[in-house]
Amino acid sequence: MKAFLQLIKDGFLTTITGSRLYHFWMGFLTLIMLIGAYAYSIQVRDGLAVTAMNDRVSWGLYISNFTFLVGVAAAAVMLVLPTYILKRSEFKRAVLIGEGLAVSALLMCLAFVVADMGSPANLWHMIPGIGVFNWPSSMLAWDVIVLNGYLLINISVPLYILVMHYQDKKPNKKVYLPGVIISVFWAVGIHMVTAFLYAGLIARPFWNSSLLGPRFLASAFAAGPALMILILAAIRKFSNFKIDNKTLKKLALVTTVAAQINLIMLGSELFKEFYRTTHHSLSAQYLFFGLEGKDSLVPWIRTAISMNVVATLILTVNRFRNNMKWIGLSCLLLFVAVWIEKGMGLIVPGFLPGPWGEVVEYAPTWIEIAVTLGIWAMGCFIFTVLAKTAIRIETGDLRYKP
Amino acid sequence: MINLIDLLRKRNGEDVALTNTPKEPCSPTCGCSNEPQSESNDVFSKKLSRREAFKSITAGLVAGYGLVSSSCSITETKSGQDEKQLKWDEYFKGNYKLMTDEEKEATVSRLEKLYEQRNKERINMSAGNALPGVLYGYAFNISKCQGYMDCVNACVEENNQDRDSQMQFIRIHEHKNGSFNFEHAEDNYFHEVPAEGHFYMGTQCFHCENPPCIDVCPVQATWKEDDGIVVVDYDWCIGCRYCMAACPYDGRRFNWSTPEVPQEEVNKNQHYLGNRLRRKGAMEKCTFCIQRSRSGKNPACVEACPTGARVFGNLLDPNSELRWVLKNKKVFRLKEDLGTEPKFWYFMD
Repeated sequence: MKAFLQLIKDGFLTTITGSRLYHFWMGFLTLIMLIGAYAYSIQVRDGLAVTAMNDRVSWGLYISNFTFLVGVAAAAVMLVLPTYILKRSEFKRAVLIGEGLAVSALLMCLAFVVADMGSPANLWHMIPGIGVFNWPSSMLAWDVIVLNGYLLINISVPLYILVMHYQDKKPNKKVYLPGVIISVFWAVGIHMVTAFLYAGLIARPFWNSSLLGPRFLASAFAAGPALMILILAAIRKFSNFKIDNKTLKKLALVTTVAAQINLIMLGSELFKEFYRTTHHSLSAQYLFFGLEGKDSLVPWIRTAISMNVVATLILTVNRFRNNMKWIGLSCLLLFVAVWIEKGMGLIVPGFLPGPWGEVVEYAPTWIEIAVTLGIWAMGCFIFTVLAKTAIRIETGDLRYKP
Repeated sequence: MINLIDLLRKRNGEDVALTNTPKEPCSPTCGCSNEPQSESNDVFSKKLSRREAFKSITAGLVAGYGLVSSSCSITETKSGQDEKQLKWDEYFKGNYKLMTDEEKEATVSRLEKLYEQRNKERINMSAGNALPGVLYGYAFNISKCQGYMDCVNACVEENNQDRDSQMQFIRIHEHKNGSFNFEHAEDNYFHEVPAEGHFYMGTQCFHCENPPCIDVCPVQATWKEDDGIVVVDYDWCIGCRYCMAACPYDGRRFNWSTPEVPQEEVNKNQHYLGNRLRRKGAMEKCTFCIQRSRSGKNPACVEACPTGARVFGNLLDPNSELRWVLKNKKVFRLKEDLGTEPKFWYFMD
């Protein structure tokens, strides 16, 4: 306990000290967060009318980002599984960073859901015991449980390991392994549940597909590790934390396989939607070609698909997958592509055309964009704090002095 | 028609085996003695006590601040303090679905007092429960509707809908003869009606017997009453809009900003689950004018229709006009393949 308090103190000291570049980075994030908070205060005062959402497109940028980030959080399992259970050494140094990323992504998810609420003051109605929790009927209730549960696991396991390393002790497998095993299944669970949130809606044929869950997993296991590679490369550059090329290349292999599976599923979806177009293909038509002359998402989704295909092709060729420059480029492409595809490219067309055929274009307002950037800045901030402390412990730089 | 017969059987309890949807627990006040009632009562009493505890804990935290600010303020009047207390109790009240009759009366009288304090005018709000032996349904005569939209206006006035955003529960779709595709229908027409070569169809919440919207609500802020009306507890709603995404009929409307109704236009004859004034960030919808239908009147849209295209009534009453229509006309419902069992039929002369 004493060691834990000392760790909090040391961690705090770690976060407030650093290079000029570090302070600039944290100051920059704080500024973005403050702008986001200001925009959110306007939204709280005037209601969701300040967003571009309406009775037709009733979920927008917030829920898009939420959906995408659930995938990023779930992708931590791609490091956890090989390290703790399959005992592969390649990811050992990266796994804590992966869990830190999961924690940050989950907190961003929760923030996006709260930002999307029309009556945030009523959120206590969801707390079991004092509120009414519509479980197991509502998939949103399921999502609240799985996201918070996953958050809890991803905080406790790495925290235990770090506290032990901090005291120069060896973590006891019996303590953390059960949590790790649960987290592997739980990671798949959070993403399937999030997919079911949409797939369960008979009113929206674009989402009401049995492929949605598996496709969510495939795209998450492509985009998540892609982001990990970029982050690890950055950490390697800005700190003395050693990460082998071998680790990054192994991660690139994971990314490649997931991206390939994702493309197969995309092809399957496109075939079903466009071989014989029906009433139920209208959303896909809106997304890829536009409807009634309204086509604001078309350039986005075409860019996303192109980036996706190019990145997957690059990664598929052995020679490129073993070259760090090409890996970096394709990871960046994949990350952005999946963000578009699984964010706005999934949520907005689900609502269009409306039940009676209306097509209304959606483009986020500055308030939505500012709140969104604010939440992303919050995520980066949290991740930086977690990663910096974890790295100092892992490198042996930070140790408990009783 | 088989669906309707099933529906009526279900409601009359003649053949429970036909019920393939899980039986919902009755509201604690419905008076019938099926099992889930006691269960929900148990849950309810626990919830209440926990919420009371939560309320008093929070009250303790805020009381200090409140005491200081009110005792230091000379402008704070007695009625101002009353209003704070009322608002406080309103914020911590429970879900209407789970309230006892006394609690329902208590919240309604609080809301009446709050309105009177703010607007120096009295409103009359009801907490009336579903009448026994009643299951409401609706039929729409496509041959008669001429697209005058008097129903739409009557609905807005009756139900105190936001005038700023021009919220409307009813949509009238103008179809070209020869087409029955809603994608090609015109929902916003600004020309003289009836237009040559067109026919008109109204849609609104269909009060499905198997509504997809109520399952998805994470806090049970929306449910189907015993008389078949799908309602929203505007104060319990958290504003996530999941129900809106789940509705295949565009039956729900969201208050994106604070709804504005000029005071002189407010309909003061209100029901808690119906046309009482709403707040921003809450979902709302057609309630078959619950404040009217539960006191034996027709909904405003039925009353306002100049052509008699709208028929409202009790599906359990074999002598109702609605049952006559269902028996003697060829009726259909929209998107029946989704299994939602709307209680809203269309027919032609």
